[in-house]
Amino acid sequence: MLKSKRIVTDKEVLVKVEGLSKKFCKNLKTSLWYGVKDLVSGVTGSTQERKLRSKEFWAVKDINFELRRGQCLGLIGHNGAGKSTLLKILNGLINPDEGKVTIKGRVGALIELGAGFNPILSGRENIYNNGAILGFSRKEIDDKLETIIEFAELEEFIDMPVQHYSSGMKVRLGFAVAAQMEPDVLIIDEVLAVGDLGFILKCFKTIDAILPHTAVIFVSHNMPMISRICNHIILMEKGEAKFQGENVSKGIDYYYNKFLTDEKANVVFTDNSVSLNNASVLNVECIDSCYNIKWGSSIQLNLKIENYNLTRKPYISLAVYDKEQRAIAEIYPDNQSFDAIKKDTTIEYLVSLEHIYLSKGIYNITLNVSEDAAFNVHYKLHKAITLKVEHEKQMWTPFLLNSKLINSSSK
Amino acid sequence: MALETRIYQKERTIKFGALLKASLGDMYQSRFLAKQLAERDIKAMYRQSYLGIVWAFIMPLTTAAVWVFLNSSGTIRLSDTGIPYPVYAFSGTLIWSIIVSSINSPMQSTQAAKGILTKINFPKEALLLSGVYKLLFDSSIKIVLLVLFVFFYGVGFQWSLLLFPIAMLGAIVFGTTLGLFLTPMGLLYKDIGKIITFGMQFLMYVTPVVYAIPKTGIMRTIMIWNPITPIVVTARDLVVGFTPEYINYFLIVLVGCIPLLFLGLIIYRISIPIIVERLSA
Repeated sequence: MLKSKRIVTDKEVLVKVEGLSKKFCKNLKTSLWYGVKDLVSGVTGSTQERKLRSKEFWAVKDINFELRRGQCLGLIGHNGAGKSTLLKILNGLINPDEGKVTIKGRVGALIELGAGFNPILSGRENIYNNGAILGFSRKEIDDKLETIIEFAELEEFIDMPVQHYSSGMKVRLGFAVAAQMEPDVLIIDEVLAVGDLGFILKCFKTIDAILPHTAVIFVSHNMPMISRICNHIILMEKGEAKFQGENVSKGIDYYYNKFLTDEKANVVFTDNSVSLNNASVLNVECIDSCYNIKWGSSIQLNLKIENYNLTRKPYISLAVYDKEQRAIAEIYPDNQSFDAIKKDTTIEYLVSLEHIYLSKGIYNITLNVSEDAAFNVHYKLHKAITLKVEHEKQMWTPFLLNSKLINSSSK
Repeated sequence: MALETRIYQKERTIKFGALLKASLGDMYQSRFLAKQLAERDIKAMYRQSYLGIVWAFIMPLTTAAVWVFLNSSGTIRLSDTGIPYPVYAFSGTLIWSIIVSSINSPMQSTQAAKGILTKINFPKEALLLSGVYKLLFDSSIKIVLLVLFVFFYGVGFQWSLLLFPIAMLGAIVFGTTLGLFLTPMGLLYKDIGKIITFGMQFLMYVTPVVYAIPKTGIMRTIMIWNPITPIVVTARDLVVGFTPEYINYFLIVLVGCIPLLFLGLIIYRISIPIIVERLSA
């Protein structure tokens, strides 16, 4: 393991980015006028420094990194953080305003699949159009045609006009052509989100095959995917690198924390018979509306519910959601009784949760109040409680099970 | 294996020689792409149309027909042109239509590729070349029709007709050069395209397209100084077998276009990233 890592670091630097900055203009008319000025100064070769003009802002500010063959850089950040602009500069579509990019080798970009497709023409003809734009020669396409059609699984429809393809079919055809590139540097921007599962798995197989001998720059909002393939990460915010380094999980953590502040509980259903008054974790301090607990610890949830017009104690259940809003666990507390209660009272529940083996991260708990288990819901509230599980290990599966080695032998 | 190295930074020094070399190199490299793009557009255009090729010459044909009618009905009185008027008018409107589409070509080709320009890095010169390919395709169809005209009206075959493609190339080179200079601005502001359409209408009347150069007067001076005049006149003279009287002027314009064309290519190369930035911002 150590040895292979050393070999990787010895490989040549393919992408070098130094102090890269780019500015954009907020207003269209002004932007066009600045375009005219830039045209003039571009053609005459004026050397004056480019400062921010009025209505301009830095879309990308002072980005630095180096990428070697075999490395994969993940670029994450909110919408409008400057990721795509950075990719455009790296791809040579627009010039930086400051700084320098040095790229060695053949650059491939998976930014738009199926560029140059004409809807009227058949799939076969469009393979040539798309391939030509991606820089293939006619002979190369001739040779790869069968492979491409087979990869796209479109043998039956290849002579049909592309306008009658479904969007998934178009993407498949586009990716099949792009997959034939043998780039030294590969730029990927959120194109793999479409297509069915089988196709996505196929894409990953292709990318995994390319990865070891390519420098990859990968933009995505899909954190599990980022953590799966990247060994470097840059978290961008307002054009700047907020976090940068080899600790991918830490970067992802920062990214998620950005979303935490505006999370409030929200009622998704109520028949106005009950409402949650207060929810807390016993003996745990609440920091930033979030309860920090240790992995594997046991906790007690305290739920105070206002009863307006129920005459029987309701059934409560909880569901655990991760940061991507995937449901990962459900909680049906035992020992619930349906005693008679008075209207306009407060019901207090104390629920114990034993050994929480959720892996490190933030989890929201949804509260469900109903007449009986899975019957006649009175009230449903998202994010009743937010838990933050602490552990030194970062992982992308929702659970880290408690385990230890009890024997190991070698023969 | 040495890897090709690209450097992107704010350009501080501009070496025209290097830029031109890169531009022409890219154009040569992208022959296949250009051909593919032209083929795509032509196929797509004809596949979705019944009249297809007719649209290529319907404009010059109708303009010529209008003038033939005006002339034959005596609505207007035109000076004698020395050849059957329909041949005169059609050869004029035809070469004119080639010039107009050449001027529009670089801008249209680039504009049409806006979607991929902002996403994929490919040699942009391919767009210009594909525009030229499309022009050549359209123009060759027009020539076939012109030849039919020439025989139908009894002008007969002239050896000089074989030189007509040179005049046609002259028209394309002139138009493309002019169009290339207008392209960067035209991509930023829609006004430029409108001005071209608008301006060319007027320009036609100060060029001997449907009537001959008058013997005297202000119109004669304007027409003679108009650099499009030698292209139109020379083209027509070659068709009907007259000695091309403006051949020297024609050659001067053509030779003058070459350095300007190169300059246009350099400007185009520099301006594309600037324009892409404004289109995609």
